[in-house]
Amino acid sequence: MTAQLSVEDFSLVFRTRHGTVRALEDVSLSVERGEIVGVVGESGSGKSVLAYAVMGLQDAAARVQGGRIRFAGLDMLTASEGALAGVRGRELAMIFQSPRTALNPIRKVGRQIEDILRQHANLPGRDLRDQAIAALARVRIPDPQRRYEAYPFELSGGMCQRVMIAMALACSPFLLIADEPTTGLDVTTQAVIMDLIRDMSREARMSTLLITHDLGLAGEYCDRIAVMHAGHVVEIAPAAELLSRPAHPYTQQLLAATPTPRSTVEGLVSIPGQLPDLRHDLPPCRFSARCARHSPICDEKPLPWTSLTPTHSVRCRVPLWG
Amino acid sequence: MGFVGKRLLGTIPSLIGVVIVTFLLSHALPGDPAAYFAGPAANAASIAGVRAKLGLDQSLPVQFMHYIVDLAHGNLGNALTTGQPVLTDLIDRLPASLELTFFALVFAVALGIPMGVWAATKPDSLADHICRASVSVAAAFPTFFVGLILVYIFYFLLGLAPEPVGRLNEILYTAPPRVTGAYTIDSLIAGDWNTFRASLAQLVLPAISLGLFALAPIARITRAAMVQSLGSDFTRTARAAGLPRGKILVTYAFRNALLPVANVLGMVFSFLLGSNVLIEQVFGWQGIGAYAVSAVLASDYAAVQGFVLMMAVLYILLNLIVDLLATVIDPRVRFEA
Amino acid sequence: MRATTLTRNIGHAFGENRLTLVAVAILLLLLLCAAFGTVLAPYNPLMTDGTAKLVAPCMAHPFGTDALGRDILSRVVVAARLDLGMAISAVVLSFAGGLALGSAAGYFGGWTDRVIGRVMDTIMAFPLFVLAMGIVAALGNSVLNIVIATMIINLPFYCRFARGEVNVRREMGYIEAARMGGNRALQVLTNHIVPNILPPMMVQASLNMGWAILNAAGLSFIGLGVRPPTPEWGIMVSEGASNIISGEWWTFVFPGAALVLAVFCFNLLGDGLRDLLDPRRRI
Repeated sequence: MTAQLSVEDFSLVFRTRHGTVRALEDVSLSVERGEIVGVVGESGSGKSVLAYAVMGLQDAAARVQGGRIRFAGLDMLTASEGALAGVRGRELAMIFQSPRTALNPIRKVGRQIEDILRQHANLPGRDLRDQAIAALARVRIPDPQRRYEAYPFELSGGMCQRVMIAMALACSPFLLIADEPTTGLDVTTQAVIMDLIRDMSREARMSTLLITHDLGLAGEYCDRIAVMHAGHVVEIAPAAELLSRPAHPYTQQLLAATPTPRSTVEGLVSIPGQLPDLRHDLPPCRFSARCARHSPICDEKPLPWTSLTPTHSVRCRVPLWG
Repeated sequence: MGFVGKRLLGTIPSLIGVVIVTFLLSHALPGDPAAYFAGPAANAASIAGVRAKLGLDQSLPVQFMHYIVDLAHGNLGNALTTGQPVLTDLIDRLPASLELTFFALVFAVALGIPMGVWAATKPDSLADHICRASVSVAAAFPTFFVGLILVYIFYFLLGLAPEPVGRLNEILYTAPPRVTGAYTIDSLIAGDWNTFRASLAQLVLPAISLGLFALAPIARITRAAMVQSLGSDFTRTARAAGLPRGKILVTYAFRNALLPVANVLGMVFSFLLGSNVLIEQVFGWQGIGAYAVSAVLASDYAAVQGFVLMMAVLYILLNLIVDLLATVIDPRVRFEA
Repeated sequence: MRATTLTRNIGHAFGENRLTLVAVAILLLLLLCAAFGTVLAPYNPLMTDGTAKLVAPCMAHPFGTDALGRDILSRVVVAARLDLGMAISAVVLSFAGGLALGSAAGYFGGWTDRVIGRVMDTIMAFPLFVLAMGIVAALGNSVLNIVIATMIINLPFYCRFARGEVNVRREMGYIEAARMGGNRALQVLTNHIVPNILPPMMVQASLNMGWAILNAAGLSFIGLGVRPPTPEWGIMVSEGASNIISGEWWTFVFPGAALVLAVFCFNLLGDGLRDLLDPRRRI
């Protein structure tokens, strides 16, 4: 099986007025066909930067320092802007957090879906409207004919996110990138939206990259999870195994800080320290300053990947097991 | 349609306020209009006679009632300088001013919006800096000074522009028969191409001088609004959806930037209508601004107050049109109203 | 912490933004002319010279002479006092008036707010220059009345600004605390609210100066207020305009340039001041 998306040793920096921010370093990750992979980390860990890099939508200040991103056989880093625009929306789609602001506020949602269909689907003009309504129906929006005419401000946040998903899935993409898709939605709506994303990926054998800060959410919906910290991927494992047997101290702390049905508020632990300043010189392991298991060996370069099992890798010299 | 009705009702307080202010300006201020109207040779008795005739001996509320009744009949009084009813004079000259203002607005919008968009697509580039610098320099130039400089350069030095003798050089051309009162339109209606070209040529310099001052706020707000909507979440969504650049720029970013631009048009109209007076003075334009200036200098109260009232009503109407346009641009405005 | 931010902002305003320095230099020059214009001017600005009419700029008359043989440089220099004086007094008056009315409206709310708001809306319902013309026509044609008219049309900007700021601050903790501490309304306003809204209002004022200058000069350009032969930039441009057809450009260009310089200077200062006080609003 060939990976739908593969990111290899990808490094990216931001050149800002106040110095160079090493936002991503040697990030490697792959997503197979039909697989849901979660990227989990605190805000500032670089998970959204990674998502935008995969889309080829980096900030103007971003500079790629090395590595490769391949999607469906296309080298995303060297492809022309035209080639990227042809892929985006058709084979590679993305949904965002705060769906309300992510939709054009003064265009009917139906028309926004049509814009994408017109660009990518090669449909005769008279079929656009029907297809747009069908796309709304597919994400189980009740009364799609009427919703077609709605403006985003007339819809609830959850409904807006469904519209976003309908837009993203309108052209049956190979890969969906969901960047914190349920942030800002209430808990019931969260579950509905996540179920929808999972069902859609299963039905269409679509791959999904789920970016989230919520390890619990990722554990529930993902096949595999990659944990990110300060621009590094520190651990990758099948979801169930990662949750039950974390190997990286950071993953363990993230887990302890994640509420579960059985945990109490008192039982929740906050992670000590904060993310290091990515503008400064950093030790090989960027977690070392916050790590209780830190030992001199951690400061030796380079920091290697350790394969604990064929599917479970960790980037730590003193993992919790194995 | 409910919105239009509500917005129309909303102009009523402004109209009432405007009428009260013009009334106060003409009736409740120091100076004695009666003495003025009676003329320099008047004695106490004739002044009192004039005062009674003008109703100035009555209490302010009564005078105000008379004023309202007169307004309702379209009676703004008679102008001393022309001897005609003020309303007739104003209606006579209004098309000239509107024509000039319209062309100035077209010039300012046609230049200001593309400049703002261009600067916004390349923030902090050389183009951006040049745009912003030229806009702030343009904002420092008094309209009348710009008009004079343009006349000096394009008429005196280069000979490209026609002599600044008003709307039409009447020695060479005859004014077209009056239909709308705007020479460019009337000459087209009459099928007189020469007059059309001549009146258009007369319009170029005054319209540019007038429009340049309005250019600054339009370009500035367009740039700011475009920078904001280009950096917005929905523009990012459109890029992530692989929409073509032109579509993103126009349908997504620009259409959203239009609302702030429409909102600044109110201020722009205030500039344009005010500066009209100055530009008409510079170019010998026979509009209501020039009429008002000669009325002010001749202390022709009725004419000045009529002019102020008409300008205010015009301004309120223009703002109303802008508001209605805003609802076309942005459905949320309609919803919130 | 606060002091260092301020120093850094001053550093930014003057270091990275050289234009602000230029503006300060122009301002000093203008103020010098306004204060000592009659001493600095090489000639008497009112002295006519029948033998030197419409002399082009030369060593003796760097800005040339006008149709009556008066030295334009001297007139431009001397006019600074009147032009700046009109604009500054109008801005100071509308600043004070707007601050008082706006604070009252924002603090007391209710009827006070509604009445003041209504009056300001009514002023704003006019094209402002047209209203200024009407006011001067009604009050009488004098320099004082130009100042009053300019003050009135500027009033709403300050009033609304002050009202908004007071409204926001009224609910803030430290005002609440002052009020509960038994301070009376006027005390709360003058001791706690006004000092905090003065800096942003100063930015408004300096951005507004340029417009006030244009406005006053526009009124005198159409022949209101200032009477000849008083030197004033607007009226000088208007006098010089009649010489365009015969090509004596210096008669209107120099007084006009003085106007542009003054307006440009105040606009730059306003921008600089805004950067200084509120770096976030840098656009």
